[in-house]
Amino acid sequence: MRHLLSIADLEREDIERILDRAAAFEQIADREVKKVPALRGRTVLNLFYEASTRTRSSFELAAKRLSADVVNFAASGSSVEKGESLKDTVLTLGAHSPDAIVIRSPHAGAAALVAGWTSASVINAGDGKHEHPTQALLDVHTLRSKLGALDGRSIWIVGDIAHSRVARSNILAFREMGAHVTLVGPPTLMPRDIEALGCAVRYDLDDLREADVVYALRVQRERMDGKELPSLREYAARYQINGRRLHPRQVLMHPGPVNRGVELSGEVVDSPQAVITMQVRAGVVVRMAVLFELLAGTRTDSPARLREPQPA
Amino acid sequence: MSDATLTRAPARPATLLVRGAHVVDPVERIDALHDVLVRDGEIAAIGAAGDLRPDGAEVVDGGGRHLLPAFVDPHVHLRTPGQEHKEDIETGTRAAAAGGFCAVLAMPNTTPVVDTAPVLGALLDQAARDARVPVGFLGCITRGMGGQDLTEMAELADVGAVGFTDDGKPVADAGVMRRALQYQRLAGRVLALHEEDPTLSANGAMHEGAVSARLGVAGIPSVSESVLVARDCQLAGYEGGRIHLQHLSCVASVEAVAAAKAAGVQVTCEASPHHLTLTDEDVAELDTRLKMNPPLRTAADRTALVDGLRDGTIDCVATDHAPHARDEKEVAFEQAPMGTTGLETAFAALHTELVVGGLLELGVLVDRMCAGGVPFGVAQPRIAVGQPANLTLVDLGRRWTVGENGYESRSENCCFAGRELQGRVLLTVAAGAVAYRERSFALTAA
Repeated sequence: MRHLLSIADLEREDIERILDRAAAFEQIADREVKKVPALRGRTVLNLFYEASTRTRSSFELAAKRLSADVVNFAASGSSVEKGESLKDTVLTLGAHSPDAIVIRSPHAGAAALVAGWTSASVINAGDGKHEHPTQALLDVHTLRSKLGALDGRSIWIVGDIAHSRVARSNILAFREMGAHVTLVGPPTLMPRDIEALGCAVRYDLDDLREADVVYALRVQRERMDGKELPSLREYAARYQINGRRLHPRQVLMHPGPVNRGVELSGEVVDSPQAVITMQVRAGVVVRMAVLFELLAGTRTDSPARLREPQPA
Repeated sequence: MSDATLTRAPARPATLLVRGAHVVDPVERIDALHDVLVRDGEIAAIGAAGDLRPDGAEVVDGGGRHLLPAFVDPHVHLRTPGQEHKEDIETGTRAAAAGGFCAVLAMPNTTPVVDTAPVLGALLDQAARDARVPVGFLGCITRGMGGQDLTEMAELADVGAVGFTDDGKPVADAGVMRRALQYQRLAGRVLALHEEDPTLSANGAMHEGAVSARLGVAGIPSVSESVLVARDCQLAGYEGGRIHLQHLSCVASVEAVAAAKAAGVQVTCEASPHHLTLTDEDVAELDTRLKMNPPLRTAADRTALVDGLRDGTIDCVATDHAPHARDEKEVAFEQAPMGTTGLETAFAALHTELVVGGLLELGVLVDRMCAGGVPFGVAQPRIAVGQPANLTLVDLGRRWTVGENGYESRSENCCFAGRELQGRVLLTVAAGAVAYRERSFALTAA
């Protein structure tokens, strides 16, 4: 594997290999010295065009635990604000010979574009409303530790599907791992023809009991035009996962950050069913596994490397 | 769709025998003389004329009269809350009963508008005290009828909204209309649409045509309606939504609906008695009682509406009963508010102009006057054993002059005022209770 751009590029065996390695990395997190020299001397560049706390710090931590060097490049306060294009930024930063570029962009397809402009391995850390593959991998990892195999499990993804890259990557990942996926949300936030991804669509939570896993999404007010929902009050009345709706045997997930009182009630965030902090913890080991997958060992198969200035 | 719940004041279930009336019910395919016995508000027996015994029931002489399923009006303005000087639930439903209606659906363009559950809840409470016939209330599609932000339609539907509309105004923004159609999958209930592109109707006061040109009154072109009819039929088809188009007035609208229906779009529509019987020529004297929106249009438009009503393109009759106080209408035509009352004259006007006029069979008119609730989940009244009694007894030969004895409505802005009509409602039974008896109509006890 050279890049991680989309879950669609992964076979089930790829996902299992990466997550098995993530499980092996978990013991490192419990050590006093949480560091191994696997990627010593490698450089990981974090290129974030959108605000992100947990994903960026999670990648940074993952790279550092593998002893890689990390450069953080945030769009604000940089040449981007001076009008530099994505391509020029990537070419400029490429002069530092990064081994991996982790990119977050507000635009779908940005990670794939970057992959064409660099010899580094590119990891998509979220491209617009399209995909967020490492989130999907860490979610599968969390569920595998909690439930075992996902085959035949029913997973309901609830909320603002239209604006969610998490939903799109997770639909693909959960389906690849053998789960049945149901999407639930207001019709105004449900993309037309999303069923084509192989999932069921519903507009109410009446049969939520059928779900083994309830995956609530954040209501992304910052991405809305204000017209999709009559009110957050009516949204919560219809779609909030709360103590009345969540069954004790169900697993509750959320990609964070949570709007308490909107998509989740406070009591379920703090309930034993919630695995939200497990997801965050899984984020580091899964991203370690992804970096290891892409960077470990020598790589000679890259034609793009030829375009790069060669060290003397 | 789930059945709509209608509300009315408590009423004593009727027990009466209508003897020897000519029963016409197109749904039940009845067109003959019968006795019909109502016991405890339910149709208990239908027999050959003279066959049924009253057994204590009040006997109503049906001889020479017609007994019809009572009518359902999907479009009235009861003006409550906030405009009770024009009408209220009690006077409006009394007018409905006098017109032979057993149920009406009220529009939400009141003061305040019905865009939140508490306003709707208060209206339902009031109807439970005041309504002479069952009433259903529609909620707004957009907040404040501003055409921008969707109302909490799911909650409004839970509280009892029978449908949603911004009637009086269109949902002019196509994107908002599309969102409303999407949200319908959650809220259920039909969207009833007032079709008018405000940029085309502008400040018009009557139909744009030869008459408005002669009078020098700004016109409302037919296309201001038909372009939105076409737009919303396409949007409903694309989103799989269900729409009911209100008060169609012109040829192009009828054609657009016919095409949409042929293409499988879930669309129903209504036409008003005034559009089915009058034209812009009638406005020549600038009588403000003939100012309504949409306006009275040409003879060709009227013919298209009648043809549409006959062939079923137009599903039902709706009065758009729109009361206004006398002082509000006693102004210059261009300054007057839009609207005519219609509940008390709907059947008589349509019977006179269409049935007596040879344009429509009585059975078809009865069907179209009874079918108005169907798009909203209100069952069409039927004369069949076991059904709740929703009946109207009419004298089809009786001629009367509109307004000669005043109106049951609080307002008198009737576009048919002073006209002689043929056909008079004598008795209305709504949801099992007697809601109206005509003054001169004597009842003989058994």
